[in-house]
Amino acid sequence: MEIEENYLYTKEHEWVSIEDNIATMGISDYAQEALGDVTYVELPQEEVEVEQFEQFVSVESVKAASDIYAPMGGKVTEVNRKLEDTPALINKDCYGKGWIAKIEVRDMDESTNLMSAEEYRNYLESLGA
Amino acid sequence: MELIFEKSVESRRGFCFGASDVPTQASIPSKYARKEDALLPQVSELDVVRHYTLLSQKNFSVDTHFYPLGSCTMKYNPKFTEALASLPGFRDLHPLLAQLAGGERWTQGALQVLYELEQWMCEMTGFKNFTMQPLAGAHGELTGIMLMAAYHKSKGNTQKKYVIIPDSAHGTNPASAALAGYETVSIPSNKEGGMDLEALKAAVNEKTAGLMMTVPSTYGVFEPNISEIAKIIHSVDGIMYYDGANLNALLGRARPGDLGFDVMHVNMHKTFATPHGGGGPGAGPVGVNEKLSRFLAISRVVKRDDGLYALDYDYPESIGYIASFYGNFAILVRAYGYVLMLGREGLMDTTNHAVLNANYIMKKLAPYYKVCFDRICMHESVFSAKVQAARGVHAIDIAKFLIDQKIHPPTVYFPISVPEAIMIEPTETESKQMMDRFIEKMIEADILSQRDPAAFSKFPMTMPVERPDEVKAARDVKTSFFLPAVTDAA
Amino acid sequence: MNPYITNTPQEVKEMLKTIGVENIDALFGDISSAYAPQSFDLPKGLSEYEVMRHLTELSLKNNVHVVPFIGGGYYDHYIPTAVSSLSTRGEFYTAYTPYQPECSQGTLQALFEYQSAMCALTGMEVSNASLYDGGTALYEAMMMAIRTTGRHRVIMDGGVSPIYRKIIKTYTHHLSYQFEETPVVHGQSSREEIYRLLDKQTAVIILQNPNFFGAIDDLTDIIEKAHSVGALAIVSVYPISLGLLKTPADMGADIVTGEGQSLGLPLNFGGPYLGFMCTRKKYIRKMPGRIVGETVDSKGQRCFVNTLQAREQHIRRDKATSNICTNVSLCALQAAIFMSIVGKNGLKEMAQLNLDKAEFAKQLLSKIKGLEVKRSAPTFNEFTIHLPQDASGVVAAMMQRGFAAGFPLGRYYPGMERYLLVAVTEKRTKEEIERYAKALQEVLN
Repeated sequence: MEIEENYLYTKEHEWVSIEDNIATMGISDYAQEALGDVTYVELPQEEVEVEQFEQFVSVESVKAASDIYAPMGGKVTEVNRKLEDTPALINKDCYGKGWIAKIEVRDMDESTNLMSAEEYRNYLESLGA
Repeated sequence: MELIFEKSVESRRGFCFGASDVPTQASIPSKYARKEDALLPQVSELDVVRHYTLLSQKNFSVDTHFYPLGSCTMKYNPKFTEALASLPGFRDLHPLLAQLAGGERWTQGALQVLYELEQWMCEMTGFKNFTMQPLAGAHGELTGIMLMAAYHKSKGNTQKKYVIIPDSAHGTNPASAALAGYETVSIPSNKEGGMDLEALKAAVNEKTAGLMMTVPSTYGVFEPNISEIAKIIHSVDGIMYYDGANLNALLGRARPGDLGFDVMHVNMHKTFATPHGGGGPGAGPVGVNEKLSRFLAISRVVKRDDGLYALDYDYPESIGYIASFYGNFAILVRAYGYVLMLGREGLMDTTNHAVLNANYIMKKLAPYYKVCFDRICMHESVFSAKVQAARGVHAIDIAKFLIDQKIHPPTVYFPISVPEAIMIEPTETESKQMMDRFIEKMIEADILSQRDPAAFSKFPMTMPVERPDEVKAARDVKTSFFLPAVTDAA
Repeated sequence: MNPYITNTPQEVKEMLKTIGVENIDALFGDISSAYAPQSFDLPKGLSEYEVMRHLTELSLKNNVHVVPFIGGGYYDHYIPTAVSSLSTRGEFYTAYTPYQPECSQGTLQALFEYQSAMCALTGMEVSNASLYDGGTALYEAMMMAIRTTGRHRVIMDGGVSPIYRKIIKTYTHHLSYQFEETPVVHGQSSREEIYRLLDKQTAVIILQNPNFFGAIDDLTDIIEKAHSVGALAIVSVYPISLGLLKTPADMGADIVTGEGQSLGLPLNFGGPYLGFMCTRKKYIRKMPGRIVGETVDSKGQRCFVNTLQAREQHIRRDKATSNICTNVSLCALQAAIFMSIVGKNGLKEMAQLNLDKAEFAKQLLSKIKGLEVKRSAPTFNEFTIHLPQDASGVVAAMMQRGFAAGFPLGRYYPGMERYLLVAVTEKRTKEEIERYAKALQEVLN
């Protein structure tokens, strides 16, 4: 199970990477593997305001549908349109080309509610992964 | 095999309507007229007959194969019930005839079928009234939950917000509750396959609108604490909903109405042997006790003082119309004939032998597959292929192995709370010889999983097609002949 | 007695021994005696021929010998014999939902063909594999539009079947949607009223063509207006009429539903029927119900599977696009066979026959004194007449003369007690229509 060291993680297996006040997010390697081949990503609308841990995306595979939650609250500034035609990017490169959305962070303190890579690794172990 | 559209030849025809015998030749004003013809196939009747006959041969069915599909109850569908539904007096009867002034006189036979079937359903389940209208089990569920909502509204129970559903429930339960505007709360099961009472007590409060339960559960286990559960739910004025998916395990042994339930639906094909038709049509009549009776859908069929059966719409508190007419009548006629033929003893026999057969298979397979709940089961049993999965052979692989053995696979991966679930329901109509053959094949699968687990990835090998690429189907959507083919983007 | 149980007494004994219990009752030990039925009083069983005789007698108490001029959305069309001989083949008739594609290619391909034929008929890009009936399909379409737009206001044209409107009312009664109903003016949808109500909160406008009164319309202008405020448009259609009428796709509809009974299904006293739904490809993931898709197997051969299942209740549970599980697959199969046999040219001819015969009936009826054939809008095979007296009484009198004369509109439209809805299908002969007109004249004078 690959875990990107410099990212932060949620208990619902989203990752987030914050640069300046822009949070880029996607789902973790654990999540993409649990889902299997991703067949569809229902992207959020740009400009929409989301709260931290609010459901704002869903990802589908053949046999499952998974809600994705915003790791940080704020305004959605950009979504990864490439996923519309090539949802498999999430399976191939979940921490890179498979990013889902960028959020303009409203309150940087919310990041304290997230796990570091180390904490996430321990969390996965506690799940028996 | 080619699509019927690909067999089309310009100007070929399969049917002649004959010349018009009226002098009129009308046309649609061009503003309202179709611009291009609908591109339906142009084929002969023989083309059509061959095409669909050959297609039918690509199916497994109860008529041709053993179908031990747990929770779906694929029992034999007696042929005479098809003849009943084809009687011209039923088949050609226009539903609006009954709604004309005095129309009951022209539809007495059909109304009598509906009326008497309602009486029998009440007697079999311990309820006061039934509506025959719901067009399938899930439709019955939604109807039942709307009755629940109507009850709470009439009582001024405005705080009711949640419907409690065990984790072993069919997906239709939470989906139906959500459609009716409720949120759902999931309750885990205990080690015996029953409901975790402590978890239930913790979840129940003034906001609880009701509980939806399948008894026996989808684990094939009768709920021993049912009275206690009903008491807990009723203590907050909640409604007890019985999902009739497994009613076939209880005929003559227990009645939902006596067990403390307030409302239920019946899946007619499961208990009363109506055909499943490759996914429907079904019928999902809904029964209620005194508490909910006045909210039942209209129309209702009544027997008047003059002895005539009639439609009655005069129930001011009714939830209203839930379907266009009086239910899937042609399905209900089949069920009526089935009940009439089997009678009291015959119906009880269906339950007895369904449970006997299920236990026989469970006992025989227990040494090879992990039984979820090691006890006498009801009409179906749930195994986990955990042991086989550890060898690299999953429930789905065993399913595909069985297809090559000309046996329809059991239900796999349901209930979702059981890893690698294999759910087996032989039904009362299968012979011991057939079950023995199935058992033998299941044992073979276990042995093969030890000897050559890799072999499973090739199964099935004897069917017209091998394992389909479902990921491609979902990514490159092609759901009509007329949609352009999608080239593989990946 | 139960002839469908095959276990012999000897086998029962062996099986009980294997299980390790004394008798069958012991298998029910979990059900405490406190739960024993308070009563289980059902008739004694009968033989197959006794049941046949009883039900034949009951069926004869229904009057199917009157000549039908009654429609209301459900029509007496001819069904080619091959439809039932093929659809009642056990391999189709006794199969389950095709969850195991390798042993269900027959059902799956037939449903794919059904979806394709529905697309051809309506002009839409995609179709699902069926819903229960026309009324519940319209409700599902409305919910789909609400989900898609995220808006909660619904405008419903008064020309939509009153039966469908009643169904929708039941399902939405306890939900917080805002409903507006618009009147029918001169037989057609009231543009003025619809345009007044359409706003940026509107999720959907629901229309029907031909409408319940039989009038046909070109709804393009209304649909354009709906789109201009971001609302969707649903059109409920009568499939046979599409042999001649402008397609809902050409009018710009987003979702098309309807009752498919006319596509080869018997009247069956109300069911089973066939609810169909088509939409644009971009909305396919919002669509309820099963959908069959094409793919390839591991050898690269074309095959068919249930697809986009992540929308459905067995995966998404309370967040599914609908609670539907069992649909009406066998009815969809019947429709697929019907559309294949009738074919491209046959459908046009069938529709033309319906139109011609209805126009012939209009001609004859308009000669009857005191009877007015409503002509404010063109019609297909059903039209409205105004009578000098209450239509219910006329229908009862006509019944005595051997005709189901039509459907009195007063049943669902208060104030229209003197209006009768008359349907004429391809099956009505010139002679029947003439006798009908004559009988009506006698009843009225």
